[in-house]
Amino acid sequence: MTRFTAWNVFWQGMTGQKGWSRQWRDPEPKAHYDVVIVGGGLHGLATAYYLAKAHGLRNIAVLEKGWIGGGNAGRNTTIVRSNYAQPGNREFYEHSLQLWENLSHELNYNVMFSQRSHIALLHSPGAIDAAARNYNTMRLTGTPDTEIWDLSKLKRAVPHLNYAPDARFPIMGAAVQKRAGTARHDAVAWGYARAADALGVDIIQNCKVDGIARGGGRITALETSRGRITAGKVAFAVAGSTSLLWQMAGLGRLPIESHKLQAFVSEPLKPLLDQVVVFGMGGAHFYISQSDKGGMVFGGDLDWYKSYAQRGNLPIVQDVAEAAMSVLPCLGRVKLLRHWSGVVDMSMDGSHFICKTPLDNLYLNAGWNYGGFKASPASGWWFADLIANDRPAPMIAPFDLKRFERGVQIDERGAGPDCKLHG
Amino acid sequence: MLRIACPFCGTRDHSEFSYGGDGSVTYPALDAPMQDWHDAVFLRDNICGRQVETWQHVHGCRMWLMVERDTMTHEIFSVRPAHPGLAGALEAAE
Ligand SMILES: Cc1cc2nc3c(=O)[nH]c(=O)nc-3n(C[C@H](O)[C@H](O)[C@H](O)COP(=O)(O)OP(=O)(O)OC[C@H]3O[C@@H](n4cnc5c(N)ncnc54)[C@H](O)[C@@H]3O)c2cc1C
Ligand SMILES: [Zn+2]
Repeated sequence: MTRFTAWNVFWQGMTGQKGWSRQWRDPEPKAHYDVVIVGGGLHGLATAYYLAKAHGLRNIAVLEKGWIGGGNAGRNTTIVRSNYAQPGNREFYEHSLQLWENLSHELNYNVMFSQRSHIALLHSPGAIDAAARNYNTMRLTGTPDTEIWDLSKLKRAVPHLNYAPDARFPIMGAAVQKRAGTARHDAVAWGYARAADALGVDIIQNCKVDGIARGGGRITALETSRGRITAGKVAFAVAGSTSLLWQMAGLGRLPIESHKLQAFVSEPLKPLLDQVVVFGMGGAHFYISQSDKGGMVFGGDLDWYKSYAQRGNLPIVQDVAEAAMSVLPCLGRVKLLRHWSGVVDMSMDGSHFICKTPLDNLYLNAGWNYGGFKASPASGWWFADLIANDRPAPMIAPFDLKRFERGVQIDERGAGPDCKLHG
Repeated sequence: MLRIACPFCGTRDHSEFSYGGDGSVTYPALDAPMQDWHDAVFLRDNICGRQVETWQHVHGCRMWLMVERDTMTHEIFSVRPAHPGLAGALEAAE
Protein backbone atom coordinates (compact mmCIF):
# COMPACT_ATOMS: atom_id res chain seq x y z
CA MET A 1 0.00 0.00 0.00
CA THR A 2 1.41 3.38 -1.01
CA ARG A 3 1.40 5.81 1.90
CA PHE A 4 -0.11 9.23 1.48
CA THR A 5 2.66 11.78 1.87
CA ALA A 6 3.14 15.24 0.43
CA TRP A 7 5.92 13.85 -1.74
CA ASN A 8 3.82 10.90 -3.00
CA VAL A 9 0.88 13.16 -3.83
CA PHE A 10 3.22 15.49 -5.72
CA TRP A 11 5.06 12.67 -7.51
CA GLN A 12 1.84 10.87 -8.51
CA GLY A 13 0.49 14.17 -9.76
CA MET A 14 3.53 14.50 -12.04
CA THR A 15 3.34 10.91 -13.29
CA GLY A 16 -0.33 10.50 -14.12
CA GLN A 17 -1.57 9.02 -10.79
CA LYS A 18 -0.58 5.55 -12.06
CA GLY A 19 1.53 4.46 -9.11
CA TRP A 20 -1.07 4.11 -6.33
CA SER A 21 -1.75 0.59 -5.09
CA ARG A 22 -5.26 -0.61 -4.18
CA GLN A 23 -6.44 0.63 -0.80
CA TRP A 24 -7.24 -2.77 0.66
CA ARG A 25 -7.10 -6.36 -0.55
CA ASP A 26 -10.11 -8.42 -1.59
CA PRO A 27 -9.24 -11.71 0.09
CA GLU A 28 -11.07 -15.03 -0.05
CA PRO A 29 -12.39 -15.90 3.43
CA LYS A 30 -10.23 -18.37 5.36
CA ALA A 31 -11.85 -21.30 7.17
CA HIS A 32 -10.80 -19.99 10.60
CA TYR A 33 -10.00 -16.68 12.26
CA ASP A 34 -9.03 -15.81 15.82
CA VAL A 35 -11.58 -12.98 15.77
CA VAL A 36 -14.47 -12.53 13.36
CA ILE A 37 -16.24 -9.18 13.41
CA VAL A 38 -19.68 -9.18 11.80
CA GLY A 39 -20.53 -5.82 10.21
CA GLY A 40 -18.28 -3.64 8.07
CA GLY A 41 -19.53 -0.27 9.28
CA LEU A 42 -17.45 2.20 11.24
CA HIS A 43 -17.66 0.30 14.49
CA GLY A 44 -16.65 -3.05 13.00
CA LEU A 45 -13.80 -1.58 10.97
CA ALA A 46 -12.49 0.56 13.85
CA THR A 47 -12.61 -2.48 16.14
CA ALA A 48 -10.58 -4.54 13.68
CA TYR A 49 -8.03 -1.76 13.36
CA TYR A 50 -7.50 -1.34 17.12
CA LEU A 51 -7.42 -5.11 17.69
CA ALA A 52 -4.53 -5.30 15.25
CA LYS A 53 -2.86 -2.03 16.19
CA ALA A 54 -3.20 -1.88 19.96
CA HIS A 55 -3.53 -5.55 20.87
CA GLY A 56 -1.28 -7.19 18.31
CA LEU A 57 -3.86 -9.64 16.98
CA ARG A 58 -3.42 -10.51 13.32
CA ASN A 59 -5.80 -13.29 12.30
CA ILE A 60 -8.92 -11.12 12.10
CA ALA A 61 -11.76 -10.87 9.60
CA VAL A 62 -14.51 -8.30 9.11
CA LEU A 63 -17.55 -9.84 7.38
CA GLU A 64 -19.81 -7.39 5.57
CA LYS A 65 -22.96 -8.49 3.77
CA GLY A 66 -22.81 -5.61 1.27
CA TRP A 67 -19.96 -3.19 0.82
CA ILE A 68 -18.12 -1.49 3.66
CA GLY A 69 -19.64 1.83 4.57
CA GLY A 70 -22.90 0.95 2.77
CA GLY A 71 -24.88 0.98 6.01
CA ASN A 72 -25.28 3.86 8.43
CA ALA A 73 -21.55 4.55 8.12
CA GLY A 74 -22.20 6.15 4.74
CA ARG A 75 -25.67 7.53 5.50
CA ASN A 76 -25.22 9.79 8.50
CA THR A 77 -25.03 13.57 8.80
CA THR A 78 -21.46 13.31 10.20
CA ILE A 79 -21.84 15.40 13.34
CA VAL A 80 -19.06 14.84 15.88
CA ARG A 81 -19.32 16.30 19.39
CA SER A 82 -18.78 15.31 23.01
CA ASN A 83 -21.27 17.54 24.83
CA TYR A 84 -22.85 14.79 26.90
CA ALA A 85 -23.71 15.32 30.54
CA GLN A 86 -24.42 11.84 31.93
CA PRO A 87 -21.57 10.10 33.77
CA GLY A 88 -20.25 7.37 31.52
CA ASN A 89 -21.30 9.08 28.31
CA ARG A 90 -19.32 12.25 28.82
CA GLU A 91 -15.99 10.47 29.43
CA PHE A 92 -16.62 8.07 26.55
CA TYR A 93 -17.52 10.75 23.99
CA GLU A 94 -14.71 13.03 25.12
CA HIS A 95 -12.26 10.17 24.58
CA SER A 96 -13.79 9.67 21.15
CA LEU A 97 -13.38 13.35 20.29
CA GLN A 98 -9.72 13.18 21.31
CA LEU A 99 -9.24 10.20 18.99
CA TRP A 100 -10.95 12.17 16.19
CA GLU A 101 -8.50 15.02 16.67
CA ASN A 102 -5.62 12.80 15.58
CA LEU A 103 -7.47 10.34 13.35
CA SER A 104 -6.21 11.50 9.97
CA HIS A 105 -2.61 11.11 11.16
CA GLU A 106 -3.33 7.84 12.93
CA LEU A 107 -4.82 6.31 9.79
CA ASN A 108 -2.66 8.15 7.24
CA TYR A 109 -5.96 9.03 5.58
CA ASN A 110 -7.63 12.41 5.42
CA VAL A 111 -10.96 12.01 7.19
CA MET A 112 -11.58 15.75 6.74
CA PHE A 113 -12.35 16.26 10.41
CA SER A 114 -13.38 19.89 10.65
CA GLN A 115 -13.76 21.33 14.15
CA ARG A 116 -16.14 24.04 13.09
CA SER A 117 -18.17 24.09 16.35
CA HIS A 118 -21.61 22.80 17.25
CA ILE A 119 -24.22 25.45 18.01
CA ALA A 120 -27.41 24.32 19.72
CA LEU A 121 -29.97 27.14 19.65
CA LEU A 122 -31.81 28.06 22.84
CA HIS A 123 -35.27 29.60 22.85
CA SER A 124 -36.26 30.36 26.42
CA PRO A 125 -34.68 31.50 29.69
CA GLY A 126 -35.44 28.05 31.08
CA ALA A 127 -33.61 26.35 28.22
CA ILE A 128 -30.60 28.64 28.77
CA ASP A 129 -30.53 27.70 32.47
CA ALA A 130 -30.80 23.98 31.72
CA ALA A 131 -28.05 24.21 29.10
CA ALA A 132 -25.85 26.19 31.50
CA ARG A 133 -26.24 23.46 34.09
CA ASN A 134 -25.31 20.76 31.57
CA TYR A 135 -22.42 22.66 30.08
CA ASN A 136 -21.04 23.62 33.50
CA THR A 137 -21.09 19.92 34.37
CA MET A 138 -19.09 19.22 31.21
CA ARG A 139 -16.58 21.97 31.95
CA LEU A 140 -16.01 20.50 35.39
CA THR A 141 -15.63 16.97 34.08
CA GLY A 142 -13.10 17.35 31.31
CA THR A 143 -14.79 19.00 28.32
CA PRO A 144 -13.53 22.58 28.63
CA ASP A 145 -14.64 23.93 25.25
CA THR A 146 -18.34 24.14 26.08
CA GLU A 147 -19.84 27.63 26.28
CA ILE A 148 -23.14 29.45 26.52
CA TRP A 149 -23.39 32.28 23.99
CA ASP A 150 -25.67 35.27 24.31
CA LEU A 151 -27.56 36.64 21.36
CA SER A 152 -25.05 39.28 20.32
CA LYS A 153 -22.20 36.77 20.16
CA LEU A 154 -24.38 34.32 18.24
CA LYS A 155 -25.44 36.99 15.74
CA ARG A 156 -21.81 37.85 15.03
CA ALA A 157 -20.95 34.19 14.39
CA VAL A 158 -24.05 33.17 12.38
CA PRO A 159 -25.69 36.35 11.13
CA HIS A 160 -28.25 34.76 8.81
CA LEU A 161 -30.35 32.75 11.25
CA ASN A 162 -33.95 33.82 11.76
CA TYR A 163 -33.64 36.21 14.71
CA ALA A 164 -37.15 37.63 14.31
CA PRO A 165 -38.40 38.51 17.82
CA ASP A 166 -41.90 37.41 16.83
CA ALA A 167 -40.79 33.97 15.61
CA ARG A 168 -42.79 31.11 17.15
CA PHE A 169 -39.62 30.19 19.08
CA PRO A 170 -37.40 33.29 19.11
CA ILE A 171 -33.68 32.55 19.36
CA MET A 172 -32.30 33.73 22.72
CA GLY A 173 -28.82 32.25 22.77
CA ALA A 174 -26.91 29.06 22.12
CA ALA A 175 -24.99 26.25 23.78
CA VAL A 176 -21.75 25.83 21.90
CA GLN A 177 -19.02 23.21 21.75
CA LYS A 178 -16.09 24.62 19.83
CA ARG A 179 -14.09 21.43 19.21
CA ALA A 180 -17.13 19.71 17.72
CA GLY A 181 -17.71 19.56 13.98
CA THR A 182 -18.04 17.21 11.04
CA ALA A 183 -15.93 14.67 9.17
CA ARG A 184 -16.22 12.83 5.88
CA HIS A 185 -18.04 9.58 6.72
CA ASP A 186 -16.86 7.53 3.71
CA ALA A 187 -13.28 8.54 4.39
CA VAL A 188 -13.54 7.25 7.96
CA ALA A 189 -14.77 3.84 6.77
CA TRP A 190 -12.14 3.66 4.04
CA GLY A 191 -9.39 4.97 6.30
CA TYR A 192 -10.04 2.36 8.99
CA ALA A 193 -10.39 -0.37 6.36
CA ARG A 194 -7.14 0.56 4.65
CA ALA A 195 -5.22 0.83 7.92
CA ALA A 196 -6.65 -2.45 9.25
CA ASP A 197 -5.90 -4.22 5.98
CA ALA A 198 -2.31 -3.00 6.15
CA LEU A 199 -2.03 -4.75 9.53
CA GLY A 200 -3.28 -8.02 8.03
CA VAL A 201 -7.03 -7.82 8.71
CA ASP A 202 -9.14 -9.57 6.03
CA ILE A 203 -12.02 -7.34 4.96
CA ILE A 204 -14.54 -9.62 3.29
CA GLN A 205 -17.38 -7.92 1.46
CA ASN A 206 -20.51 -9.53 -0.01
CA CYS A 207 -20.36 -12.00 2.86
CA LYS A 208 -23.60 -12.26 4.78
CA VAL A 209 -23.84 -14.17 8.04
CA ASP A 210 -27.08 -16.12 7.84
CA GLY A 211 -26.62 -18.87 10.36
CA ILE A 212 -24.90 -19.29 13.71
CA ALA A 213 -23.89 -22.66 15.15
CA ARG A 214 -23.66 -22.98 18.92
CA GLY A 215 -22.24 -25.58 21.26
CA GLY A 216 -21.23 -25.58 24.92
CA GLY A 217 -22.24 -21.98 25.56
CA ARG A 218 -20.12 -20.74 22.68
CA ILE A 219 -20.45 -19.88 19.04
CA THR A 220 -18.77 -22.67 17.12
CA ALA A 221 -19.20 -21.46 13.55
CA LEU A 222 -20.79 -18.85 11.34
CA GLU A 223 -22.66 -19.91 8.22
CA THR A 224 -22.07 -17.25 5.60
CA SER A 225 -22.96 -16.66 1.99
CA ARG A 226 -19.29 -17.40 1.29
CA GLY A 227 -19.03 -20.59 3.31
CA ARG A 228 -18.63 -21.77 6.88
CA ILE A 229 -16.19 -19.82 9.04
CA THR A 230 -15.05 -20.79 12.51
CA ALA A 231 -13.75 -18.26 15.00
CA GLY A 232 -12.09 -18.12 18.38
CA LYS A 233 -14.11 -15.00 19.19
CA VAL A 234 -17.09 -13.44 17.45
CA ALA A 235 -18.06 -9.77 17.65
CA PHE A 236 -21.32 -8.25 16.45
CA ALA A 237 -21.25 -4.66 15.16
CA VAL A 238 -24.25 -4.65 12.82
CA ALA A 239 -26.13 -1.51 13.95
CA GLY A 240 -29.81 -1.77 12.90
CA SER A 241 -29.55 -5.54 12.32
CA THR A 242 -28.48 -6.35 15.89
CA SER A 243 -31.73 -8.05 16.92
CA LEU A 244 -31.63 -10.27 13.82
CA LEU A 245 -28.12 -11.53 14.57
CA TRP A 246 -28.96 -11.89 18.27
CA GLN A 247 -31.94 -14.09 17.42
CA MET A 248 -29.87 -16.04 14.89
CA ALA A 249 -27.62 -16.88 17.82
CA GLY A 250 -30.70 -18.05 19.74
CA LEU A 251 -30.37 -15.34 22.39
CA GLY A 252 -33.92 -13.97 22.42
CA ARG A 253 -34.85 -10.37 23.02
CA LEU A 254 -32.85 -7.16 23.45
CA PRO A 255 -33.57 -3.65 24.78
CA ILE A 256 -33.30 -2.43 21.17
CA GLU A 257 -35.68 -1.52 18.34
CA SER A 258 -34.76 -0.76 14.74
CA HIS A 259 -35.99 2.59 13.45
CA LYS A 260 -35.16 4.54 10.36
CA LEU A 261 -33.57 7.94 10.29
CA GLN A 262 -33.40 10.13 7.20
CA ALA A 263 -30.80 12.56 5.95
CA PHE A 264 -30.96 15.20 3.25
CA VAL A 265 -28.52 17.07 1.04
CA SER A 266 -29.20 20.13 -1.08
CA GLU A 267 -27.64 21.27 -4.32
CA PRO A 268 -24.16 22.72 -3.71
CA LEU A 269 -24.02 26.34 -2.59
CA LYS A 270 -21.22 28.82 -2.06
CA PRO A 271 -19.97 28.91 1.56
CA LEU A 272 -23.00 29.72 3.70
CA LEU A 273 -22.72 27.98 7.05
CA ASP A 274 -19.44 27.51 8.84
CA GLN A 275 -20.81 25.62 11.86
CA VAL A 276 -23.15 22.79 12.78
CA VAL A 277 -26.43 24.40 13.83
CA VAL A 278 -29.04 22.50 15.83
CA PHE A 279 -32.65 23.52 16.42
CA GLY A 280 -34.73 21.47 18.82
CA MET A 281 -37.87 23.02 20.22
CA GLY A 282 -41.46 21.97 20.65
CA GLY A 283 -42.06 19.28 18.04
CA ALA A 284 -39.11 20.33 15.90
CA HIS A 285 -35.73 18.67 15.66
CA PHE A 286 -33.26 19.84 13.04
CA TYR A 287 -29.50 19.85 12.51
CA ILE A 288 -27.60 21.29 9.58
CA SER A 289 -24.08 21.80 8.29
CA GLN A 290 -22.47 22.46 4.93
CA SER A 291 -20.29 19.84 3.29
CA ASP A 292 -16.99 20.67 1.63
CA LYS A 293 -18.70 20.24 -1.74
CA GLY A 294 -21.17 22.96 -0.72
CA GLY A 295 -24.26 20.82 -0.17
CA MET A 296 -26.35 21.65 2.87
CA VAL A 297 -26.49 18.40 4.87
CA PHE A 298 -29.35 18.14 7.32
CA GLY A 299 -31.71 15.87 9.19
CA GLY A 300 -34.35 15.73 11.88
CA ASP A 301 -36.31 13.15 13.80
CA LEU A 302 -36.62 9.48 12.95
CA ASP A 303 -39.70 8.24 11.10
CA TRP A 304 -41.63 7.56 14.33
CA TYR A 305 -42.55 3.95 13.61
CA LYS A 306 -40.36 0.89 13.80
CA SER A 307 -38.91 -0.19 10.48
CA TYR A 308 -36.16 -2.18 8.82
CA ALA A 309 -36.67 -0.50 5.43
CA GLN A 310 -33.88 1.77 4.29
CA ARG A 311 -36.28 4.33 2.84
CA GLY A 312 -37.76 7.38 4.52
CA ASN A 313 -41.33 8.64 4.69
CA LEU A 314 -42.74 11.93 3.44
CA PRO A 315 -44.14 13.51 6.64
CA ILE A 316 -40.56 13.75 7.94
CA VAL A 317 -39.47 15.45 4.73
CA GLN A 318 -42.12 18.07 5.43
CA ASP A 319 -41.20 18.38 9.12
CA VAL A 320 -37.54 18.86 8.33
CA ALA A 321 -38.28 21.39 5.58
CA GLU A 322 -40.48 23.37 7.98
CA ALA A 323 -37.78 23.37 10.63
CA ALA A 324 -35.23 24.49 8.03
CA MET A 325 -37.45 27.40 7.05
CA SER A 326 -37.98 28.48 10.60
CA VAL A 327 -34.26 28.77 11.44
CA LEU A 328 -32.66 29.44 8.05
CA PRO A 329 -35.30 31.08 5.86
CA CYS A 330 -32.60 31.86 3.29
CA LEU A 331 -32.78 28.18 2.26
CA GLY A 332 -36.33 28.59 0.97
CA ARG A 333 -35.49 28.36 -2.71
CA VAL A 334 -32.66 25.85 -2.44
CA LYS A 335 -33.33 22.54 -4.19
CA LEU A 336 -33.08 19.23 -2.44
CA LEU A 337 -30.64 16.96 -4.24
CA ARG A 338 -31.07 13.63 -2.48
CA HIS A 339 -32.54 12.12 0.64
CA TRP A 340 -32.14 8.65 2.05
CA SER A 341 -32.48 6.72 5.29
CA GLY A 342 -30.61 4.28 7.46
CA VAL A 343 -31.81 1.73 10.01
CA VAL A 344 -30.55 2.69 13.45
CA ASP A 345 -30.39 0.51 16.54
CA MET A 346 -32.41 2.59 19.03
CA SER A 347 -31.91 1.44 22.62
CA MET A 348 -34.29 1.71 25.56
CA ASP A 349 -32.30 4.47 27.30
CA GLY A 350 -30.68 6.06 24.27
CA SER A 351 -27.23 4.78 25.21
CA HIS A 352 -25.07 2.05 23.72
CA PHE A 353 -23.90 -1.44 24.63
CA ILE A 354 -20.27 -2.54 24.46
CA CYS A 355 -20.31 -5.73 26.46
CA LYS A 356 -19.97 -9.43 26.95
CA THR A 357 -22.96 -11.63 26.24
CA PRO A 358 -24.48 -14.87 27.57
CA LEU A 359 -22.17 -16.75 25.17
CA ASP A 360 -18.51 -17.05 26.23
CA ASN A 361 -16.92 -16.02 22.95
CA LEU A 362 -19.51 -13.55 21.70
CA TYR A 363 -19.15 -9.78 22.21
CA LEU A 364 -21.75 -7.12 21.47
CA ASN A 365 -21.44 -3.57 20.15
CA ALA A 366 -24.85 -1.98 19.55
CA GLY A 367 -27.48 0.55 20.52
CA TRP A 368 -25.95 3.57 18.76
CA ASN A 369 -29.14 5.44 18.07
CA TYR A 370 -28.65 8.71 16.14
CA GLY A 371 -25.17 9.28 17.52
CA GLY A 372 -22.91 6.44 16.56
CA PHE A 373 -20.79 8.27 14.00
CA LYS A 374 -19.03 10.44 16.54
CA ALA A 375 -18.65 7.41 18.77
CA SER A 376 -16.93 5.17 16.25
CA PRO A 377 -13.25 5.72 17.19
CA ALA A 378 -13.81 5.20 20.93
CA SER A 379 -16.26 2.41 20.25
CA GLY A 380 -13.68 0.54 18.21
CA TRP A 381 -10.99 1.29 20.76
CA TRP A 382 -12.92 -0.05 23.76
CA PHE A 383 -14.62 -2.90 21.93
CA ALA A 384 -11.18 -4.12 20.83
CA ASP A 385 -9.99 -3.83 24.43
CA LEU A 386 -12.98 -5.89 25.58
CA ILE A 387 -12.46 -8.59 22.96
CA ALA A 388 -8.70 -8.83 23.49
CA ASN A 389 -8.84 -8.91 27.30
CA ASP A 390 -12.22 -10.58 27.80
CA ARG A 391 -13.23 -8.06 30.49
CA PRO A 392 -14.85 -4.65 30.30
CA ALA A 393 -12.57 -1.72 31.12
CA PRO A 394 -14.06 0.81 33.58
CA MET A 395 -14.81 3.15 30.65
CA ILE A 396 -17.38 0.72 29.25
CA ALA A 397 -18.43 -1.16 32.36
CA PRO A 398 -21.71 0.83 32.67
CA PHE A 399 -22.68 -0.02 29.09
CA ASP A 400 -23.73 -3.64 29.52
CA LEU A 401 -27.06 -5.35 28.82
CA LYS A 402 -27.78 -5.85 32.52
CA ARG A 403 -27.98 -2.18 33.46
CA PHE A 404 -31.78 -2.14 33.31
CA GLU A 405 -31.92 -5.06 35.73
CA ARG A 406 -29.78 -3.00 38.10
CA GLY A 407 -32.26 -0.16 37.76
CA VAL A 408 -29.76 2.00 35.91
CA GLN A 409 -30.65 3.90 32.75
CA ILE A 410 -28.11 6.15 31.04
CA ASP A 411 -30.82 8.34 29.62
CA GLU A 412 -29.28 11.58 28.35
CA ARG A 413 -32.64 12.93 27.27
CA GLY A 414 -34.72 11.76 30.20
CA ALA A 415 -37.24 10.25 27.80
CA GLY A 416 -37.84 6.91 29.54
CA PRO A 417 -37.97 3.38 28.15
CA ASP A 418 -39.36 4.06 24.67
CA CYS A 419 -36.74 3.58 21.96
CA LYS A 420 -38.17 6.05 19.44
CA LEU A 421 -38.00 8.98 21.89
CA HIS A 422 -34.21 8.98 22.30
CA GLY A 423 -33.43 11.41 19.48
CA MET B 1 -47.19 7.62 3.59
CA LEU B 2 -48.84 4.64 5.26
CA ARG B 3 -52.63 4.52 5.00
CA ILE B 4 -54.31 3.14 8.10
CA ALA B 5 -57.96 2.02 7.94
CA CYS B 6 -59.31 3.25 11.26
CA PRO B 7 -62.36 1.11 12.11
CA PHE B 8 -64.12 4.24 13.40
CA CYS B 9 -63.08 6.98 10.93
CA GLY B 10 -62.09 5.21 7.73
CA THR B 11 -58.76 5.12 5.87
CA ARG B 12 -56.45 7.99 6.76
CA ASP B 13 -52.79 9.03 6.32
CA HIS B 14 -50.53 7.75 9.08
CA SER B 15 -49.60 11.33 9.91
CA GLU B 16 -52.98 11.52 11.69
CA PHE B 17 -51.84 8.72 13.97
CA SER B 18 -49.19 8.34 16.64
CA TYR B 19 -47.17 5.12 16.80
CA GLY B 20 -47.23 3.40 20.17
CA GLY B 21 -45.05 0.34 20.01
CA ASP B 22 -44.93 -3.44 20.05
CA GLY B 23 -48.54 -4.57 20.55
CA SER B 24 -47.58 -8.03 21.75
CA VAL B 25 -46.23 -6.72 25.07
CA THR B 26 -48.44 -7.58 28.02
CA TYR B 27 -47.69 -6.23 31.47
CA PRO B 28 -47.44 -8.68 34.37
CA ALA B 29 -49.38 -8.48 37.62
CA LEU B 30 -48.30 -5.63 39.90
CA ASP B 31 -46.77 -8.06 42.36
CA ALA B 32 -45.06 -10.17 39.71
CA PRO B 33 -41.31 -10.76 40.11
CA MET B 34 -38.99 -7.89 39.13
CA GLN B 35 -37.59 -9.91 36.23
CA ASP B 36 -41.03 -10.13 34.58
CA TRP B 37 -41.43 -6.37 34.80
CA HIS B 38 -37.91 -5.82 33.48
CA ASP B 39 -38.66 -8.04 30.48
CA ALA B 40 -41.99 -6.36 29.71
CA VAL B 41 -40.65 -2.83 30.00
CA PHE B 42 -37.24 -3.19 28.38
CA LEU B 43 -37.01 -6.23 26.09
CA ARG B 44 -38.40 -6.35 22.55
CA ASP B 45 -38.61 -8.98 19.81
CA ASN B 46 -37.84 -6.25 17.25
CA ILE B 47 -39.37 -8.34 14.50
CA CYS B 48 -38.32 -7.89 10.89
CA GLY B 49 -41.55 -8.84 9.14
CA ARG B 50 -45.13 -9.04 10.34
CA GLN B 51 -45.68 -7.52 13.77
CA VAL B 52 -48.66 -6.38 15.80
CA GLU B 53 -48.26 -2.83 17.01
CA THR B 54 -50.28 -0.09 18.67
CA TRP B 55 -51.20 3.23 17.04
CA GLN B 56 -53.39 6.01 18.39
CA HIS B 57 -55.61 8.01 16.07
CA VAL B 58 -54.61 11.26 17.77
CA HIS B 59 -55.93 13.58 15.06
CA GLY B 60 -59.15 11.59 14.66
CA CYS B 61 -61.23 9.56 17.06
CA ARG B 62 -58.30 9.29 19.56
CA MET B 63 -58.83 5.54 19.84
CA TRP B 64 -55.93 3.14 20.31
CA LEU B 65 -55.67 0.58 17.53
CA MET B 66 -53.89 -2.73 16.98
CA VAL B 67 -52.27 -2.72 13.55
CA GLU B 68 -50.67 -5.75 11.95
CA ARG B 69 -47.90 -4.43 9.69
CA ASP B 70 -44.78 -5.69 7.95
CA THR B 71 -41.80 -3.77 9.33
CA MET B 72 -39.83 -4.26 6.10
CA THR B 73 -42.42 -3.68 3.35
CA HIS B 74 -44.76 -1.53 5.53
CA GLU B 75 -47.76 -3.46 4.16
CA ILE B 76 -50.70 -3.34 6.60
CA PHE B 77 -52.69 -6.55 7.01
CA SER B 78 -55.30 -5.70 9.60
CA VAL B 79 -56.50 -2.95 11.94
CA ARG B 80 -58.73 -3.43 14.97
CA PRO B 81 -59.52 -1.50 18.15
CA ALA B 82 -56.98 -2.18 20.89
CA HIS B 83 -59.71 -2.45 23.49
CA PRO B 84 -60.90 -6.08 23.35
CA GLY B 85 -64.46 -5.16 24.36
CA LEU B 86 -64.78 -2.64 21.53
CA ALA B 87 -63.21 -5.04 19.05
CA GLY B 88 -65.76 -7.66 20.10
CA ALA B 89 -68.67 -5.21 19.83
CA LEU B 90 -67.59 -4.15 16.33
CA GLU B 91 -67.33 -7.76 15.23
CA ALA B 92 -70.77 -8.56 16.66
CA ALA B 93 -72.25 -5.57 14.81
CA GLU B 94 -70.90 -6.77 11.46
C1 LIG C 1 -29.59 9.41 8.58
C2 LIG C 1 -28.62 9.20 9.70
C3 LIG C 1 -27.97 10.29 10.26
C4 LIG C 1 -27.06 10.12 11.30
N1 LIG C 1 -26.38 11.22 11.76
C5 LIG C 1 -25.41 11.06 12.70
C6 LIG C 1 -24.63 12.18 13.12
O1 LIG C 1 -24.79 13.31 12.62
N2 LIG C 1 -23.70 11.99 14.09
C7 LIG C 1 -23.49 10.76 14.65
O2 LIG C 1 -22.64 10.66 15.54
N3 LIG C 1 -24.20 9.67 14.25
C8 LIG C 1 -25.15 9.79 13.28
N4 LIG C 1 -25.87 8.70 12.86
C9 LIG C 1 -25.64 7.40 13.50
C10 LIG C 1 -24.48 6.61 12.91
O3 LIG C 1 -24.48 6.70 11.50
C11 LIG C 1 -24.60 5.15 13.33
O4 LIG C 1 -24.83 5.06 14.71
C12 LIG C 1 -23.34 4.35 13.03
O5 LIG C 1 -22.93 4.54 11.68
C13 LIG C 1 -23.61 2.88 13.29
O6 LIG C 1 -22.46 2.11 13.29
P1 LIG C 1 -21.81 1.46 11.98
O7 LIG C 1 -21.15 2.51 11.15
O8 LIG C 1 -20.93 0.38 12.42
O9 LIG C 1 -23.12 0.91 11.25
P2 LIG C 1 -23.34 0.39 9.76
O10 LIG C 1 -22.55 1.19 8.79
O11 LIG C 1 -24.80 0.29 9.55
O12 LIG C 1 -22.65 -1.04 9.82
C14 LIG C 1 -23.32 -2.24 10.12
C15 LIG C 1 -23.00 -3.17 8.99
O13 LIG C 1 -23.41 -4.50 9.33
C16 LIG C 1 -23.75 -5.13 8.12
N5 LIG C 1 -24.55 -6.32 8.41
C17 LIG C 1 -25.81 -6.37 8.92
N6 LIG C 1 -26.23 -7.65 9.00
C18 LIG C 1 -25.21 -8.43 8.56
C19 LIG C 1 -25.04 -9.84 8.40
N7 LIG C 1 -26.02 -10.71 8.71
N8 LIG C 1 -23.87 -10.29 7.89
C20 LIG C 1 -22.88 -9.43 7.55
N9 LIG C 1 -22.99 -8.09 7.69
C21 LIG C 1 -24.14 -7.59 8.18
C22 LIG C 1 -24.51 -4.06 7.36
O14 LIG C 1 -24.55 -4.34 5.97
C23 LIG C 1 -23.72 -2.80 7.70
O15 LIG C 1 -22.78 -2.45 6.71
C24 LIG C 1 -26.81 8.82 11.83
C25 LIG C 1 -27.47 7.73 11.27
C26 LIG C 1 -28.36 7.89 10.21
C27 LIG C 1 -29.03 6.69 9.62
ZN1 LIG D 1 -60.17 7.03 14.11
